[in-house]
Amino acid sequence: MTAPKPQVHLPRRGLLLGLGAIATLGPTRLALARAPGDARLVVVLLRGALDGLAAVPPYGDPGFAQLRPGEPREPGVAGGPLDLGGHFGLHPRLTHIHAMFQANEALVVHAIAGAYRTRSHFDAQALLESGEARIGTSGWLNRALAGLPEPAQGARNGLALGTDIPLLLRGPTRIANHAPLTAARPEDDLMARIAALNAPDPLLGPAMREGLAQRAFTAGALGPQPQGGPRSPNPTAELARTAGRLLAEANGPRVAALDMGGWDTHVGQAQRLPNTLGALDEALGALREALGPVWRRTAVLVMTEFGRTAAINGNGGTDHGTGGAAFLLGGAVAGGRVIADWPGLAPERLFERRDLAPTADLRSLILPLLREHLRLPEAVIAATFPEARGLSTMRGLLRA
Amino acid sequence: MNKPMSQRAAIAAIRFGQGRRPDEAAAVDPVAWLTAQLRLPAPPPSEGLPGYPQIAAAIRRDRAAREEIRTTTAATLPAVPPPLMPDREQRQIGEAEARAHTSMLLTTGAPFRERLVTFWANHFAFNLRRSPVIAAHAGHYLREAIRPNITGPFANLLEAAVLHPVMLGYLDNNQSTGPNSPVGWRRNQGLNENLAREVLELHTVSPASGYTQADVSALARILTGWQMRPPAQEDGGVWFNANRHEPGDKILLGRSFPQGERGAPEALAYLAGHPATHRRLAEKLVRHFVADTPPPGAVRRVEGALRDTRGDLGAASEALIATPEAWERPLTKLRSPQDYVIAVLRAVGSPAPEGLGVVGIMARLGQPLWQVPAPDGWPDTAPSWTGPEAMLRRVEWAHAVAGRFAGRTDPTGLAEQIMGPLVNPATLLEMRRAGSQRDALTLLLTSPEFQRR
Repeated sequence: MTAPKPQVHLPRRGLLLGLGAIATLGPTRLALARAPGDARLVVVLLRGALDGLAAVPPYGDPGFAQLRPGEPREPGVAGGPLDLGGHFGLHPRLTHIHAMFQANEALVVHAIAGAYRTRSHFDAQALLESGEARIGTSGWLNRALAGLPEPAQGARNGLALGTDIPLLLRGPTRIANHAPLTAARPEDDLMARIAALNAPDPLLGPAMREGLAQRAFTAGALGPQPQGGPRSPNPTAELARTAGRLLAEANGPRVAALDMGGWDTHVGQAQRLPNTLGALDEALGALREALGPVWRRTAVLVMTEFGRTAAINGNGGTDHGTGGAAFLLGGAVAGGRVIADWPGLAPERLFERRDLAPTADLRSLILPLLREHLRLPEAVIAATFPEARGLSTMRGLLRA
Repeated sequence: MNKPMSQRAAIAAIRFGQGRRPDEAAAVDPVAWLTAQLRLPAPPPSEGLPGYPQIAAAIRRDRAAREEIRTTTAATLPAVPPPLMPDREQRQIGEAEARAHTSMLLTTGAPFRERLVTFWANHFAFNLRRSPVIAAHAGHYLREAIRPNITGPFANLLEAAVLHPVMLGYLDNNQSTGPNSPVGWRRNQGLNENLAREVLELHTVSPASGYTQADVSALARILTGWQMRPPAQEDGGVWFNANRHEPGDKILLGRSFPQGERGAPEALAYLAGHPATHRRLAEKLVRHFVADTPPPGAVRRVEGALRDTRGDLGAASEALIATPEAWERPLTKLRSPQDYVIAVLRAVGSPAPEGLGVVGIMARLGQPLWQVPAPDGWPDTAPSWTGPEAMLRRVEWAHAVAGRFAGRTDPTGLAEQIMGPLVNPATLLEMRRAGSQRDALTLLLTSPEFQRR
């Protein structure tokens, strides 16, 4: 045998590079899928239950002050909400959403909830994602895709960013997977719980405390770190920006799902929630920026599995509730309005005398997006939400 | 669903095993479950993984490729360095072995036995970065030198490990030459004492036995001539090169050992049976399986078993299982990064992965596979592994794993399945309050009791 000619051998990842092929992931998963047509749909699922009364305070409701004492309630006062045209405000950290609202690109929906009542996060998220009364193995967003034509030769049916695909996008239509190589980490709230669980351990407790302190120092001293750095200050914004860039491609995906945790504010909500809201708002701003001119053809649905108790609990937090808030954003949205059949906050008006009563079904917000925005055939819509037959849907959500 | 796991079954799976998989049945009789693993027949030859002749052939091809590059480059000067990854075949063997090894750890039904393999591989530690030849032989070393010998006489394990290409290369015995041997005279070469010193200090009697520099030198002379066979010879493996062997009898620890091929096995067998060796092995075994500060009673028990059986490692392992201290709570040992990675992936029921992700994450968490920093092996006490950054990396990786596996099973049910009564109520409470299944699973995998064993 003659000696082989020298060849170019690219080093393979792995053993001798000492690098992990498993990329660490942040709290946010992003899944993308192609759909025909020009319309883009992004679904942002806030896992852990956003407090709708904190995000969208009904400052004009006389019951609000009794339920949430001590919070600045009037727009215009220091720390007060951003006004949504009287009665409702926006949390002051939601500045991008407020700017979209003023540009008539944001609809704020209140007293809305999923179709099925449970106060279990896991069940409620799974029901919201599956879109059926029984939790199955597929999500409604995947079933919506399944009715679309096959993608071009060589292209995958869909694409998921992140190593896991949410139930929302699981199902018969195959979703390709791409994990970003950002060094992201669990959100602060989960980190705090992990550190608290480890606190009694004489070695692990101090190590974790010290690690968090060092990272906080590094982040403060160096500012945002590039890829592969100690951590990203807002991994959700990075994923949203990636989503925007991919969705903006002419032959890119048309539908994306993004989820974000950190909303389960049982304790010290006033301290924890503003940063989480700020991170969400920054992510939505990044998404809009990355989409560029395609923002004009985009609708972004921001929803959560349920709301939280109307009253503050004994730990300065809120517990699992029912009705909450949702947002519909984008250049394709006929925005600048609050949509709410407001039930009121008087004690007898609350659901089970504790939660904001839901007066709208999230499906009535979703169905017009499938029908009027993605323009899916009725048969596909029927298969997507098999139990929504006869449900009245919201009108005029989208620009003509 | 299986019956609730008893505390002893949980301890057996966690302290002596690699962590339970949810698809594994809980041991009804934990001691019998562990003992049975010690009595398993020697594992069959591994299919698809190379023996000495295949490794030697790969080394030959890699060296031919290097030579080809060298001559081609010399002929076309001036030239940029060729963008070639040298020693490609040897590295590929190393990667395939690492893949096979970690996959086996994820799925093995004899986890105690594999824990012992890992323990002894760390006792006879090596670093595959030392040379591509070592990388190519690493898996062979575990499969053929360590694994078949962990329940037999320690003398067999000692000889198999020390006289293997990995150890002969890692601790420089390939270069050691008797000064009065034919090669020593001709080339004016001499002893390399590295292997002899570590055999005495780390692998056998330890400095507590009071050996002297003269003993180190004597063992080095005894070991001269034991080398990796030149890869040009088709068989590969190890041979005794009489032309490098130091002539004459040698006095080691007051005993005489003969010149020639018999010297090294006899000297190693003597060291293996030395009381100081038994004490050292007993202490290391107890430190590894029971507590960072080994309880003296447990050490005496294991040491006694070694003494009474003339160094039988199966008997030592059974004595370990019979130690009451090994069944006490709380579990205070910390899972090393490699242990932790395997335990997490077993806990979520991960199938054997195809890529090198497991190896990569072990490196990221601070304990790259088969790459000890020094011949004394990875540290075996908790404070060595609780650096703040290392802890956060564990959490981040667990969170990523939880993202991939959440939703397939109820996290609190999984906690009961894999840890039984060892899971803390506080952890279960936080898991129930978690905002998502992923968070709940992350809390379980990062809880202090999951990180301990």
